[in-house]
Amino acid sequence: MAEHHIQTPVSDETISKLKAGDRVFITGYLFTGRDSAHKKLIELVEQGKDLPVDIKGQLIYYVGPTPARPGKPIGSAGPTTSYRMDSFAPALHAMGLKGTIGKGARSEEVKKSLQKHKAVYLAAVGGAGALISRSIEEAEVIAYPELGPEAIRRIKVKDFPCIVINDMYGNDLYEEGKQEYQRR
Amino acid sequence: MKVINLSSVRDKVKEVVQEANYELQEDTLKIIKQMQEKEESPAGQEVFNQILQNARIAKDEKLGLCQDTGLAVFFVELGEDVKFQKENGLESLRDAITEGTRLGYGEGFLRKSVVEDPIRRKNTGDNTPAYIHWELVPGDVFKVTFIAKGGGAENMSQVRMFAPAAGQEGIEEFVVEVVEKGGSNPCPPIIVGVGLGGNFEYSALLAKKALLRRPLGSHNPDPFYEDMETRLLERINNLGIGPQGMGGRITALAVQVEAFPCHIASMPAAVNIQCHSHRVISFEM
Repeated sequence: MAEHHIQTPVSDETISKLKAGDRVFITGYLFTGRDSAHKKLIELVEQGKDLPVDIKGQLIYYVGPTPARPGKPIGSAGPTTSYRMDSFAPALHAMGLKGTIGKGARSEEVKKSLQKHKAVYLAAVGGAGALISRSIEEAEVIAYPELGPEAIRRIKVKDFPCIVINDMYGNDLYEEGKQEYQRR
Repeated sequence: MKVINLSSVRDKVKEVVQEANYELQEDTLKIIKQMQEKEESPAGQEVFNQILQNARIAKDEKLGLCQDTGLAVFFVELGEDVKFQKENGLESLRDAITEGTRLGYGEGFLRKSVVEDPIRRKNTGDNTPAYIHWELVPGDVFKVTFIAKGGGAENMSQVRMFAPAAGQEGIEEFVVEVVEKGGSNPCPPIIVGVGLGGNFEYSALLAKKALLRRPLGSHNPDPFYEDMETRLLERINNLGIGPQGMGGRITALAVQVEAFPCHIASMPAAVNIQCHSHRVISFEM
């Protein structure tokens, strides 16, 4: 298990170094988005229109934070369950998205898409939203403010802690971890 | 006849929805620490450390333990000898609980996670309605149990109507299957609430009530179900899913089973999954 400190935007070369089970600390900007925002993004893709954000080389964090207390950039901000975004992820990978951050297993289609488009799927610890908020220095709503907690935000992170679940080589930490510890 | 002011109910609800979302209760913390000692996987140990660190930060900074601060679910035990005093704008006990929820989630910087229609999906903006289950009981009891129930774990829950021939074995297989299928999604280490018997809707309610048993990890008083809880916990923790699904010894912190009489033709079973962020508080007035 290696440890990587990476900066966004990320290159294919950086992605190629990340293996399932590795710890990753991200510094730079992330975009946030979950169910409703993805639905809107994909409608734009289907209509051939530009997205409100340029996702090339970027990472999307699946999160709907709690409101920020005064003087804080954001509230509690842990990952939401990723499978709900499975049907949207491959189209975004095809447009240059280099990875997504959430929790929980992805579909076979998403795993194949990661290999095809040289991208990764990372997990943050679900239910640790207060702790994770400490890695977030700034947050700004940049699209769909009407969605409230589901709006797209650009957040500035420092050493944001993740683990690689699915790498671009087809490895899956959830499957490997389960096999190692299961007792029949 | 006991008389309770609706404004004092509203104020108490406003207080507990915030407290539950900021602080894990002692029984939950105790089980988390006990189970961490049994975890063999390094990734699992790291997850337990982060869960405990998160609990300290959330409490100190009055931040949601999780960003999913849940649907506001209430179980109300209402004594037949209790009367409520109406006040300005509060016409009923339901009003008082709803208003307490709205104020607590608003003033407490908690997330508004309710949409007004399942298909059209517009956020209600204040985390109401509250989801209230009423139980009329004798005497002058007024007891409210609140649970902030997140969507991730709730989505991994299931109800199934078995034929009685499926027996104990069929039921236990089902519980393990639901947990295995949920895998990493519901934020393990999870708590598994099992509702057996009743009918279709009653089994689901029993499963949620099973989650509310305190202290967390205590057993059903019926030795038959105590055995089932112990056996199911062992089988689930042999699945290897582990904390956050990254592989490990501890997939579940506790399995709690509630049973109830049912029809001669039926054997309903419901499994309600709860994440490690078990946010439950009761109060009496």
